[in-house]
Amino acid sequence: MRVYLDNNATTMVDPLVVEAMMPFFSEIYGNPSSLHKFGTASHPALSKAIDQMYKALNASDNDDIVFTSCATESNNWVLKSVFNDHIVSGEKNHIITTEVEHPSVLAACKALEKEGAKITYLPVNSEGIVEAHVVRSFITDKTALVSVMWASNETGMINPIKEIGAICKEKGVLFHSDGVQAVGKIPVDLQDVHVDFVSMSAHKFHGPKGVGALYIRNSQPLSPLLHGGEQMGGRRSGTLNVPYIVGMGKAIELATTNIEEKIAAIRAKRDRLEDALLELSDTFVVGNRENRTPNTILISIRGVEGEGMLWDLNNGQIGASTGSACASEDLQANTVMLAIGADSELAHTGIRLSLSRFTTDSEIDYVIAHFKKAVERLRAISSSYAKVQPTVGGESKACELHH
Amino acid sequence: MAKNDLLGASLWDAYSNKVTTLMNNPNHQGEITPEQVEKNGNKLIVADFGAESCGDAVRLYWEVDPRTDIIVNSKFKSFGCGTAIASSDIMTELCIGKTVKEAVKITNIDVEFALRDHPDVPAVPPQKMHCSVMAYDVIKKAASLYLGVDAESFEEEIIVCECARVSLRTLQEVIRLNDLTTIEQITDYTKAGGFCKSCIRPGGHEKREYYLVDILRDTRKEMDEEKMKAAADAGSKGSFEAMTLVQQIKAIDAVIDENVRQFLIMDGGNMEVIDVKPSEDYIDVYIRYLGACNGCASSATGTLYAIEATLKEKLSKKIRVLPI
Repeated sequence: MRVYLDNNATTMVDPLVVEAMMPFFSEIYGNPSSLHKFGTASHPALSKAIDQMYKALNASDNDDIVFTSCATESNNWVLKSVFNDHIVSGEKNHIITTEVEHPSVLAACKALEKEGAKITYLPVNSEGIVEAHVVRSFITDKTALVSVMWASNETGMINPIKEIGAICKEKGVLFHSDGVQAVGKIPVDLQDVHVDFVSMSAHKFHGPKGVGALYIRNSQPLSPLLHGGEQMGGRRSGTLNVPYIVGMGKAIELATTNIEEKIAAIRAKRDRLEDALLELSDTFVVGNRENRTPNTILISIRGVEGEGMLWDLNNGQIGASTGSACASEDLQANTVMLAIGADSELAHTGIRLSLSRFTTDSEIDYVIAHFKKAVERLRAISSSYAKVQPTVGGESKACELHH
Repeated sequence: MAKNDLLGASLWDAYSNKVTTLMNNPNHQGEITPEQVEKNGNKLIVADFGAESCGDAVRLYWEVDPRTDIIVNSKFKSFGCGTAIASSDIMTELCIGKTVKEAVKITNIDVEFALRDHPDVPAVPPQKMHCSVMAYDVIKKAASLYLGVDAESFEEEIIVCECARVSLRTLQEVIRLNDLTTIEQITDYTKAGGFCKSCIRPGGHEKREYYLVDILRDTRKEMDEEKMKAAADAGSKGSFEAMTLVQQIKAIDAVIDENVRQFLIMDGGNMEVIDVKPSEDYIDVYIRYLGACNGCASSATGTLYAIEATLKEKLSKKIRVLPI
């Protein structure tokens, strides 16, 4: 059996999505900007995709949802254009974000910092959550933008977006949320929550890679990132990626129709897996389940280094992930683990398991069995569980963690 | 960065078969208990290196025959990734049968080499060299416990890059001899900083005593100071072209004071040196006329030639005087 539990990284494209996309490669291939029928033939499908997006997010007709190439583009667009519109060409000088954002937000902020923007990176609490009152306390009359992810890719923890949105509205500050891990996983109602900009990506909810979107409240001004042929009402140039836009529309519809039922089904499997893994001694899971995306577990296993664990899971045909030390090229501890202030010993022991609506009960059974076997083997090798203690003078000091 | 770098390499695919095999089934994983060792009349040494909070930790066990100092048995325990476990395993194997003093000579490079399938193909990708360094460090520690000496006494030199075992002295020499100005050049010349990258600058995987950025900056600073000192020495010996700018200006002023200025003043004028700009072919001396010299017909012809000829004779043939 092969089990894919890395759905926060990317997902399988739903076969129904593939089916919806197929006609737009070799049959209906005209450029939608053309005047002839080859071009206009794609318009009904594009309109449908747009409708599917607005309905799934409960966006108002006065809002814009602009298709992009990916959420990285959407995030860069908001940050760089708000910087240009309100800091370079305006009176503001400050952007607030968090320490645990996706690299497409953090690296863009670092770049803007070099160009003169003041950036505040907010910490998260021990649950991995950005608290709304903390956001409030850092807003000044020079703050142009607050950017806080809707849900964390690492922990699955859901931030208080509604509260933060209300604070930003009250203070007259623009509010952006990277919604990549929320859209399609949990209900996102953009008429209930005040957010100015939301980034999203199709491949996180069983759509294709290479297509994303940016929601812009009330069609408000935001200078374009890409200049060119004035597609998407001049907001985002580049020939419309017809099959992928159609795929994204279908995917968001499939993900959000009866979303509560889908959430309940995934959550039941996730909770069963989580309960079973927590039977292992010296383990803990980051964040309260009730406030977490229903598919995500970030579990720390004492004495088992993250990459070593991934290795054994991979040998058992299980795909999982870790942001911890050895797995990444820069050899750093899991930044989220560090940010939430987890016991420093545990920063290198995090394993993220992320399910999808295609995960089956028998897959969960298989993972439980194999996971426990892997922990048993690696703990048998681990120095953390060794019984014979070092010769006097042979002990080593704990490491100081560095960001 | 080029075609082959566009798709990041798959980390695990870069491991040798030996690494993979030993990660899956380490041969020397386990512990040696005091009871076992006592029975044989031997001495048990247990040394730790690293910690969970650092991302990897290893505990090394040696059973040493005190009559011969030979390591008769060795085991390990490891908290770490595949290469850490495989490195630890091969490390114990390399220790067994050696005397403690022989074992101290095992370096991380020996450990990595022993993990290779083919002598020319590295066993692990660059960022994983760090794991083999742990093996080297823990051996030093075990040996220091057995011999009752300080672990640092085994190091003859200050090692800046543990992965490539490059010493401080080597780095300073290479920077000087090749006039290196960037970290990339240092890595190209010495391999230092090309593996786990901890030694490049603070904030990497582990804290280091020396960082390449500091060594480069300090060495460059020393080189500049030496250059300046050499220029000053050369200047005091009269070699105009080797002088620093300030020395050149002073020398020009001195020559003008001594040979030119008095004649200009006699005619109700004067001059000042504005700037000196050396180029490939000339040393351009920019001057400004003052008083009666300003606008005097001779100031662009005879007087100018006289000033230039004097400076050429006294200081350098390359001097060209330009009035502004």
